[in-house]
Amino acid sequence: MHKDRRSFLKVSAAAGGGMMIGFNFFACKAESKIPDFIAPDLQIPEKWNKLNGFLSIGENGVVTIMSPNPEIGQNVKTAMPMIVAEELDADWDRVIVEQAGLDTENYTRQIAGGSGSIRESWKELRETGAKARYMLLSAASAKLGVPMEELTTEKGKIYHKATDTVIDYGEVATAAASVEVPEEVALKDPKDFTLIGSNVRNVDGFNIVQGKPLFGLDVMEEGMKIAMIAHPPAFGMKIKTLDDSAAKAMSGISDVIRINVEPEGWNPQWSDVNAYPEVVAVVGESTWQVMKAKKALKIEWEKESELESSLDHEATMREALSTGKGEVARTDGDPDAAFAKAHQVIEKSYSAPFLAHNTMEPMNFYANVTADRAELKGPIQTPMFLEGTLAGVLGMPKENISIMMTRMGGGFGRRLYGHFGTEAALISKAVKAPVKLVYTREDDMTQGTYRPAYMTTYKAGLDKEGNLTALQIKGAGLPGSPLWADRYPAGTVDNYQATNFSLNTNISTGAWRAPKSNFIAVAEQSFLDEVAEAAGKDPIDFRLELFDRAKNNPVGEKNDYDAERYAGVIELVKEKSGWGSNKPGVHRGFSAYYCHSTYVAQVLDVVVKDGQPKVEKVYCAVDCGIVVNPEGARNQLEGGIVDGIGHFMYSALSFKDGVPQESNFDKYRLIRHEEAPEAIEIFFVDNGIDPTGLGEPSLPPIGAALANALYKATGTRLYNQPFIKEEGLLG
Amino acid sequence: MAQYNLKINGVERQVDVDADTPILWVLRDSLNLVGTKYGCGIAQCGACTIHINGKAVRSCSLPIGAAEGKEITTIEGLSADASHPVQQAWIEHDVPQCGYCQAGQIMSASALLSENKNPSDQQISDAMNGNICRCGTYTRIKAAIKTAAKHS
Ligand code: FES
Ligand code: FES
Repeated sequence: MHKDRRSFLKVSAAAGGGMMIGFNFFACKAESKIPDFIAPDLQIPEKWNKLNGFLSIGENGVVTIMSPNPEIGQNVKTAMPMIVAEELDADWDRVIVEQAGLDTENYTRQIAGGSGSIRESWKELRETGAKARYMLLSAASAKLGVPMEELTTEKGKIYHKATDTVIDYGEVATAAASVEVPEEVALKDPKDFTLIGSNVRNVDGFNIVQGKPLFGLDVMEEGMKIAMIAHPPAFGMKIKTLDDSAAKAMSGISDVIRINVEPEGWNPQWSDVNAYPEVVAVVGESTWQVMKAKKALKIEWEKESELESSLDHEATMREALSTGKGEVARTDGDPDAAFAKAHQVIEKSYSAPFLAHNTMEPMNFYANVTADRAELKGPIQTPMFLEGTLAGVLGMPKENISIMMTRMGGGFGRRLYGHFGTEAALISKAVKAPVKLVYTREDDMTQGTYRPAYMTTYKAGLDKEGNLTALQIKGAGLPGSPLWADRYPAGTVDNYQATNFSLNTNISTGAWRAPKSNFIAVAEQSFLDEVAEAAGKDPIDFRLELFDRAKNNPVGEKNDYDAERYAGVIELVKEKSGWGSNKPGVHRGFSAYYCHSTYVAQVLDVVVKDGQPKVEKVYCAVDCGIVVNPEGARNQLEGGIVDGIGHFMYSALSFKDGVPQESNFDKYRLIRHEEAPEAIEIFFVDNGIDPTGLGEPSLPPIGAALANALYKATGTRLYNQPFIKEEGLLG
Repeated sequence: MAQYNLKINGVERQVDVDADTPILWVLRDSLNLVGTKYGCGIAQCGACTIHINGKAVRSCSLPIGAAEGKEITTIEGLSADASHPVQQAWIEHDVPQCGYCQAGQIMSASALLSENKNPSDQQISDAMNGNICRCGTYTRIKAAIKTAAKHS
């Protein structure tokens, strides 16, 4: 045992990281507070001194930093505390990170969405650390009888150089806790960062590789029952009658009930997306028993609205784009006149299906609702909105509701919409017992809240010299248009028009990693590749020419991107990938995109092996400002790339008479090991700008880098996702 | 319901469950060994991978009777303290994103390496294709398996 522990320490030190400590609320409840495998040499203090909502410091200098935001795999549980620790000048080897629950008094934005955790909280997190540091310095100054200005800090210690005195944060933590919190403090010059910009491992890494109970599905509580739901099999259907006699008679089953998360007169919030407000719940002792009983339910469903099919969806969108009126979002110049004069006109349409989020951990939630309290735990990206919904549905004041966020087995936007939390609460209330609601994979995949289906048409006019003189974009979605009318290429073309078509569907949809961008980037960047070819220009040079225009003499005033930074990442990936050098057998595709305030440019190399295209390498240049945790950032960007390649290439959710045709991973194809790129190399632009989003921006452009490379490999342009279904692909 | 005797992570355990209960739910619900994950229930995702007599098996699709009298190892039993070379390599390469699939990935990888000390790229893919990672950590997983192969 002891030997093993040392060997583990050796490996961890060799890899250059300090001791990373994960700490979660399950562990809080354990006798010893922290399992001893975490850090054998870290003494847990007897007494904590709370300096603010984020920070407590023990008498021995060990620091606990709360991580406020939901952790869905974007690694904010490591990065957010790093920012606090940086300004505090804490010793990261003596930091414990703890997941906070919903706490609207201490934290302002407890959301995992919009790639916003770091960029929205950057200043607040820094100030939190800096203010605590000030309080420690103030206490030290009083203790030593020297002016604060003569004190410096480093790695959890305070130095008075003139008298050669060193004191640990722990020694003044108690006194610091009663120092008045300063109104304003100076923040570090980013040049002086020591922790930010260094590679820090995932604080939950040790727990994850040991299978510790971190996730919502792992919650076990005294007297807890298991609940499952049965929702209608088709969009447009609802429950008519329920015969639960067979299910109720089965072993281990205690209750079968109907619940409705949208009571009469209910006023939904944006996060209350839900196609099936009324469901049947089965409650019992064990998951397997409840699963079996669910199959024994006899439910008659009835149609309440149209039963839609994928073929109709396509036709609806195609018709809207060709004959519909649409809503013009922006016009520059006179596109019609410009097309009439153009030397060459190119027009292409692109489409993509609905997509399920398919987080690896299916939807679930724990709830214990009594007459006057509701205690919930589980995976939720928007705890504050869930709280609001619960208060309304349960008719309970918010103060009586507590929500603890577990680590989440993926989010991708799915857990922004917390109907499963409300369902768990209503079931618990009805059966008067704590319950853990568990969705089967099938329940999860067929429940809705999908990425909308999209179609778009791009039309370009070129003059004799191959200059882009006109661009017209029409975008249709079921529902919502995928266009960003003021983003690139807006601003680079004299005659430009963007038109939105939002169509209706009864299939429920929601944000899916990089909403809208996850479709439009692929269309836009595939189209520009085709236009560059028609213009007889190198695809990168063609785009850079457009950015020159945007830099020097932009068209319009509302352009929502920075042409310098955009061109910057393109130049960077061009250089790093050795673009222009011909590698035999390697087919290259280029793409660039901007979203969540971050600029990304990619070069993707395809080789053909045994008649099959294979992604060999992806070069990815990123401008996301200051990179808090480079290793974590690279992991996110790699994940977005693999995720994107997978969905653009393989994934689709289709419908027949309202019924999702894919309900599990035997039919819904996700990317697997063998199909992932052999290598991904990430290059960051180092510009000291405040950090921007990272969880989403590498996904949208990769679809076009892939399509453009596959075109080089096969001679076939790809317009419709998933590409695997397009004719002309090899194999 | 019926009684079953199982040997899990070297310890004899007795459970009383329906005969058709998959090992996955015996582990998770009856024994509170929740490191083994549920992802699909139809042997398609690998989240539930455990070892039976050293071989990687999808526990969601194996009824309890099939495991009686055999050595069952779960992620909790792979090592006492994350010291298994595969776990070490996972930490070194900072593989996990959400982490949900990783117990299954580690169990598949460790079964592969116990049979084949130095797998080729193709052998790694063949052994790992059954384990989905929705977060897309595949390139790191492959690198970590190669590191683990060096250290085991
Ligand atoms: S849960 Fe067993 S393979 Fe997916
Ligand atoms: S790390 Fe999230 S599914 Fe693999």
